Amino acid sequence: MRVEEFLKEKNINIGDFIRVIKEEDGEEVIYEGYVMPPYELSPGDTLVLKLENGYNIGIALSKIRRVEVIERAKVKPEIHFEAFIEGKPHLPDVTIIGTGGTIASRIDYETGAVYPAFTAEELAKAVPEIFEIANIKPKLLFNIFSEDMKPKHWIKIAHEVAKSLNSGDSGVVVAHGTDTMGYTAAALSFMLRDLGKPVILVGAQRSSDRPSSDAAMNLICSVRMSTSDVAEVMVVMHGETGDTYCLAHRGTKVRKMHTSRRDAFRSINDVPIAKVWPNGKIEFLRDDYRRRSDSEVWVDDKLEEKVALVKVYPGISSEIIEFFIDKGYRGIVIEGTGLGHTPNDIIPSIQRATEEGIAVCMTSQCIYGRVNLNVYATGRRLLKAGVIPCEDMLPETAYVKLMWVLGHTQDLEEVRRMMLTNYAGEITPYTRFDTYLR
Amino acid sequence: MMQMSDKFNYEELGLKVGLEIHRQLDTKKLFSPVPTKFSDEVDFTFQRRLRPTMSELGEVDPAALEEFKKGRVFIYEGNYQLTDLVYMDEEPPRGPDKEALEVALQIAYLLNAKPVDEVYYMRKIVIDGSNVSGFQRTAIIATDGKVETPWGTVGIPTICLEEDAARIIERKEKEVIYRLDRLGVPLVEISTTPDIHHPEQAKVVAKFIGDALRATRKVKRGLGTIRQDLNVSIKGGARIEIKGVQELDMIPLIIEREVERQLNLLKIRDELQRRGVRPEDIKEEFYDVTDVFTNTKSKIIARAIKKGGKVLAIKLPKFRGLIGREIQPGRRLGTEFADRARKYVPGIFHIDELPNYGITQEEVNEVIKRLGLGEEDAFVLVAAEEERAKNALREVIKRAKEAIIGVPEETRRALPDGNTEYMRPLPGKARMYPETDIPPIRIPDELKRKIKENLPELPQVKVEKYVREYKLDRSLAQTLVDDERDELFEELVQMGVKPSLAASILVVVLKGLRKEVPIENISDEHIKEAFSLYLEGKIAKEAFEEIFKEIARNPNKTARQIAEEKGLTLLSEDEVRKIIDEVIEQNIEVVKNKGMGAMGLIMGRVMAKVRGKADGKLVSQIVKKRLQEIVGGGV
Repeated sequence: MRVEEFLKEKNINIGDFIRVIKEEDGEEVIYEGYVMPPYELSPGDTLVLKLENGYNIGIALSKIRRVEVIERAKVKPEIHFEAFIEGKPHLPDVTIIGTGGTIASRIDYETGAVYPAFTAEELAKAVPEIFEIANIKPKLLFNIFSEDMKPKHWIKIAHEVAKSLNSGDSGVVVAHGTDTMGYTAAALSFMLRDLGKPVILVGAQRSSDRPSSDAAMNLICSVRMSTSDVAEVMVVMHGETGDTYCLAHRGTKVRKMHTSRRDAFRSINDVPIAKVWPNGKIEFLRDDYRRRSDSEVWVDDKLEEKVALVKVYPGISSEIIEFFIDKGYRGIVIEGTGLGHTPNDIIPSIQRATEEGIAVCMTSQCIYGRVNLNVYATGRRLLKAGVIPCEDMLPETAYVKLMWVLGHTQDLEEVRRMMLTNYAGEITPYTRFDTYLR
Repeated sequence: MMQMSDKFNYEELGLKVGLEIHRQLDTKKLFSPVPTKFSDEVDFTFQRRLRPTMSELGEVDPAALEEFKKGRVFIYEGNYQLTDLVYMDEEPPRGPDKEALEVALQIAYLLNAKPVDEVYYMRKIVIDGSNVSGFQRTAIIATDGKVETPWGTVGIPTICLEEDAARIIERKEKEVIYRLDRLGVPLVEISTTPDIHHPEQAKVVAKFIGDALRATRKVKRGLGTIRQDLNVSIKGGARIEIKGVQELDMIPLIIEREVERQLNLLKIRDELQRRGVRPEDIKEEFYDVTDVFTNTKSKIIARAIKKGGKVLAIKLPKFRGLIGREIQPGRRLGTEFADRARKYVPGIFHIDELPNYGITQEEVNEVIKRLGLGEEDAFVLVAAEEERAKNALREVIKRAKEAIIGVPEETRRALPDGNTEYMRPLPGKARMYPETDIPPIRIPDELKRKIKENLPELPQVKVEKYVREYKLDRSLAQTLVDDERDELFEELVQMGVKPSLAASILVVVLKGLRKEVPIENISDEHIKEAFSLYLEGKIAKEAFEEIFKEIARNPNKTARQIAEEKGLTLLSEDEVRKIIDEVIEQNIEVVKNKGMGAMGLIMGRVMAKVRGKADGKLVSQIVKKRLQEIVGGGV
């Protein structure tokens, strides 16, 4: 029997305080505790109780002899938190747009439930520091996992950012799950035209319910950066494993390079824009960033969604390329090997793609470095087949950029020109020595 | 069960004691397969902060938040081999370690407890930095255990398997340094109900639990691997948590001393109430009496003044004679005041101990005059930088107010002499919530059965077995087991060593060396190697002592190396024969004259050359044979 049926049959509700008499090795064992909802990964044949000492345990349903309800679950009064708190006139305004993930949370130590906290009042309690930097206006746009983010969500975020900036905010912070934060950062970098203010994407690698979470410090540094002089889309996350400083990365050059570390986000083939400390100190690592201005931002949101990102590998079949051609895709970004190669036997399919007007762009799965298709015969063949070599662009950035470019033109010559034009720092003119593995 | 020697009538006093025993397991770390070894080699450090979390009502503990805002940071020292991203809180947990879980289940059955069907790990919030994540992962493995004692049954409500914390290396004002090697070592936590009503009973319970833990052979040994906490209270007193009791034998004394302390504090309370003082009569008024001590002979005060500090005094109405009253041998109410003030200053002065420490009667009289003290009133003095001095005196005032009410609830630290000192206030209720990164662990009935049917022998059973099967002397067998050498002993017997020899080397020889050399450097491997040399006939049993002594000093050397370096290896029979022939040759006249009567002389001369390098019995045999040959041939 599954626990749901068991509870129904015994007329027990989640949260009831009950006594369970269980038989173990021919002896009775008595437990008293609150009934917990079943855990996702539990096969469902156990009853989970929270004992009075705060611990949870699971009891096999098959061993339960009797249950007695001692006290029915109390209905918890809903707690109301203020959505806005009054600003201080001398502070700049900053909107924090919520898209998913939690930058702050509340823990119910009675039930063990963790609630996201996103109202101004909750944020003011959890991370009071940010309210000393700016008048914070939280705005929950949607609440999805970053792995579920789609191009339509990028567009929605872009419009919300533009609205906030054009209505007088000093900057905007976008709270975002970390998995696809790099993609969104690139998308905003291309879509937000004539940007005159900072746009910061921020997330956390350790959930905000824990005392060790990186969420608060990342948020503090983000709000600092959102009042700075840099009018670019940036990712602000921990700079090292310690809670010392954050790095502000250019939105088109940043990549999540580790599954779990706090300092997972790194600038690739480029130097971060700045180091930011929670106390407000900012150390610029370069001077070529776009400066704050009063230009009005607008959203260039035309995106071609029929674009694919394909990683080549030994033994890849040309069927994969053929599939995208047959399915009507308008662009393919290839993550080639080394300097930007594919096995020679799939080049005919690539050629077929370009002949059918599909843009094929080349990046490298080395991640670090610049593609160059002139060095080896295979590269030269790929060039002849019409492939566009994407310099030192990240594969993910090239993918987002190709969507945006194809949203504007499907003429391959024009696509090539645009792909090789630097719009948002996605291409560096030359490869600096100090940009590798740092 | 009352004993004649009892200092107090514990039944009448309503003594209640509960135990909490923590012991490290000798497995991998609980949530990552990192070895559980300790090292002072530091490969890297990093710095973190821990932010107090918000409750569902949106509350953040204001004291904790205040502490956080003061900017306290934690520095963690790591070794690449002995920690990993899990224990840097940079990667989600794995595990829990299967072996650790099985050992915990064994312990549960040995303590007559009932394992749960499904284990749920919880996060217990700890923000002192000792856990990098800000919480300790802990789970109940079993409930409802019990220990039978001559005084009655004591319950074991829970047996938990949790992570040990990081080792504290240094506590500075703004930062605390921890080392990560200990973080994550599996720890079995066993707590009893407060049903212990006699100090000796507590020892019996602790011993029983300790024996069950050791029976698994999977617990760590040595200093710091076991931590015994006591919860002690008497009627009218308070619950006191005593931490860091290292030795079993100290438990009854510590409890007795705590009872004594509480009784004396209650007497002081009664006297204060009889004198009619109330907590609100103690005022936070600081009297600056620095000028009284301008020419003081007290070095401490003079130094403080010279450094720009002040001498501040407070008035404790009706406390005269009580601050100096002894509450435990050598400890007074004044000591308790000083313990509390220690956070800010090294020490305090109070009227009951003065004049002394270079402070004169005149100075005391002047302070009494300045504060306008009546006959029953007391003062406490602190010499330090003004803010520190005030903070220290505030702590004294707080403790003095508590003295009027009774015994304050506290966490105290056990001292080597059986006394205790203040450590911190009792912790509040644990804040816990589920560790969602670790799926629930089902404990199948087959596993339970397997463990239950293969339980290891308890140490006492083992002692009996050694006496019966190996004919060991009872006290030798007992020491072998108490010293936790039983496992090694059995291995040696397995190797073919005579049980009596193995036991006497392990107990008599090794223990005898304890005062001379650090015997903890001698590993089981070393000992086994020495015994295999013995079994191969390479060393005599007389050589063990010398070899162990040298290993203790140079643990990197092998027993074989040492035996060779020190010339402790046995001579071959041929070599022995050669030496014997030489000696006979040199004394051939005596042999010819005395015949077999020369045996003693020849033996003596030969043994002087080969002692420790040849077995005496063998030498005697050969000498006898050679003499017979010569004497016989001569006739």
